[in-house]
Amino acid sequence: MGGKTVTRADLANSVHQQVGLSRSESGDLVKLVLDELSDALVRGESVKLSSFGTFAVRHKKGRIGRNPKTGQEVPITPRRVLSFRPSHVLKDKINNSG
Amino acid sequence: MTKSELINLLAAKQPQLEPKDVELAVKELLEQMSAALAAGERIEVRGFGSFSLHYRPPRIGRNPKTGAAVQVPDKFVPHFKPGKELRERVNNGTG
Repeated sequence: MGGKTVTRADLANSVHQQVGLSRSESGDLVKLVLDELSDALVRGESVKLSSFGTFAVRHKKGRIGRNPKTGQEVPITPRRVLSFRPSHVLKDKINNSG
Repeated sequence: MTKSELINLLAAKQPQLEPKDVELAVKELLEQMSAALAAGERIEVRGFGSFSLHYRPPRIGRNPKTGAAVQVPDKFVPHFKPGKELRERVNNGTG
């Protein structure tokens, strides 16, 4: 397992090199893709990217939590959380590459 | 929303770009992210979130039909952790 972290700039760079858009167009497009994904999720839509995975919004009910250190009860309000389910294609890629 | 709907939406909003290039860019983006994870790398995009790999140790599984024990090898599963901004927007969202 390498310690390298891929960032937004790396993603923009590979779009620049593989698609041939200019650097600034590539950077803008990567940002726009992520913005569209985010906006759909904020609307409560799930986003299904075949051969990568599915992002979905899950509705969690409120419950009584407990501070594990003090044992004190704390109410946890109902909330919406994001979940990502990787596709089989992605899972297989990760585990068959050594 | 699916990948093709995403591509169409972006192409409509970016009339200065060839729709074909938008399609290629989205596919390249996902391809690059998959390849990075397959290479054991993390992905971190500020505001959106990060992808990392979680290790699952080998275990003895069971065929639920026959009850036979099966050796399940260790593996890595991809994990997405939403960034602070996206997490808060989703929680306060309209959906």
